[in-house]
Amino acid sequence: MGLSNPATENRADETTTVSTMSPNWVTSRLDFLTNWARANSLWPMPFGTACCAIEYMATAASRFDIARFGMERQSFSPRQADVLICAGRLPFKLAPVIRRIWDQMPQPKWSISMGACASTGGIFDNYSMVQGIDTIIPVDVYVPGCPPRPEGLMYGILLLHKKIKGETIADEGLRVEKLVGPSGLYLPPERVDELSEPFGNSVQQTRSS
Amino acid sequence: MSTPSPAVAALRSEFGSAIGRHFVSSDQTVVFVDRDRSHDALAWLKDAPGQEFNYLTDVTAVDYRDPERSLEVVYQLRSLHRKADLRVKVGLDKREPLEVRSVVDLWRGADWLEREVYDMFGVTFVGHPDLRRILMWETYAEGYPLRKDFPLRGHFSRAEQTRQALAANPEAHYSLEELSIADAYGELPKDMQERLSRGERGFLK
Repeated sequence: MGLSNPATENRADETTTVSTMSPNWVTSRLDFLTNWARANSLWPMPFGTACCAIEYMATAASRFDIARFGMERQSFSPRQADVLICAGRLPFKLAPVIRRIWDQMPQPKWSISMGACASTGGIFDNYSMVQGIDTIIPVDVYVPGCPPRPEGLMYGILLLHKKIKGETIADEGLRVEKLVGPSGLYLPPERVDELSEPFGNSVQQTRSS
Repeated sequence: MSTPSPAVAALRSEFGSAIGRHFVSSDQTVVFVDRDRSHDALAWLKDAPGQEFNYLTDVTAVDYRDPERSLEVVYQLRSLHRKADLRVKVGLDKREPLEVRSVVDLWRGADWLEREVYDMFGVTFVGHPDLRRILMWETYAEGYPLRKDFPLRGHFSRAEQTRQALAANPEAHYSLEELSIADAYGELPKDMQERLSRGERGFLK
């Protein structure tokens, strides 16, 4: 066609060497490859309990479209899910439910706590609400906001990508299941109390009133 | 606008001293009825010609900070074809057991409403067919959250609340009928039958 490739033009006699220009293979670290594959096709398990779930739906829909991050496959079964997204406040009555779902998810798994209520209890500093889902399950990324805008959740997802890409498959500690122990909690009770401490305006409110 | 509903005068002539004070608030007539005659009065309001309050809009309760003041159970009645409303209140002395006759036999819709009042205020509805907690889980041990003497964050520490919540076994509290699979029970695998009959436990045996 009148065109010639300058890279191959002068290599008529290089028949015995392997061409480094071949597009058919690459070298890489196994970690990089694994993490690249994991991070770019996270299957989310949506656990939507409140208004954050509406923002989550907006994030999943066409305008913001988390399919761009390989997350278009909403996994409504925990056994085929990678990332649990708790979108909304978690009452104590749902605590055993999200714990069961988390336990049913196979490793490797991550979780995103979406919104103020899931992360801290938010405005619900009362008798019926879990003060942050990190007292129930381990959390990787907290997304603040009430509710967070889709951009906020996408930023959280990208942070999770970053975290996953920094992991190594040699670190077995990452994949240890943190189960509910004989104390009935997965954390020491003092840690749960500390995580549930009131902050901000709630500090003004005594436990007795 | 502040004329009381004619149902009040009719109640007084029918039940006499069992009917307490009444007043009108926001065009709504409120009438107090003695606890012992509450079921009779409500049954009469439902069925008597000229009254026919055939729809029970709501059953709820009010607790006041004043420990001397009685806890009030509120029945919001409506007559669908007369388009008339009446609010009936029953005062319960807080120093005595909080008990009142159930009205589930009059209005089937009172079932869950009375369960909610029981759950939140601890009022026992005598004669209720299935008086269990409905919002909180059934092993909830901290008390009755909407009572004024209930602290906002509950009685227990957060760790204890979390522990009890995780130990609660949601499936065990539903009967097969509630799970709507009673008919299929015989065809389920053996292990699932066993699990459903005793309720599945997580890590806490």
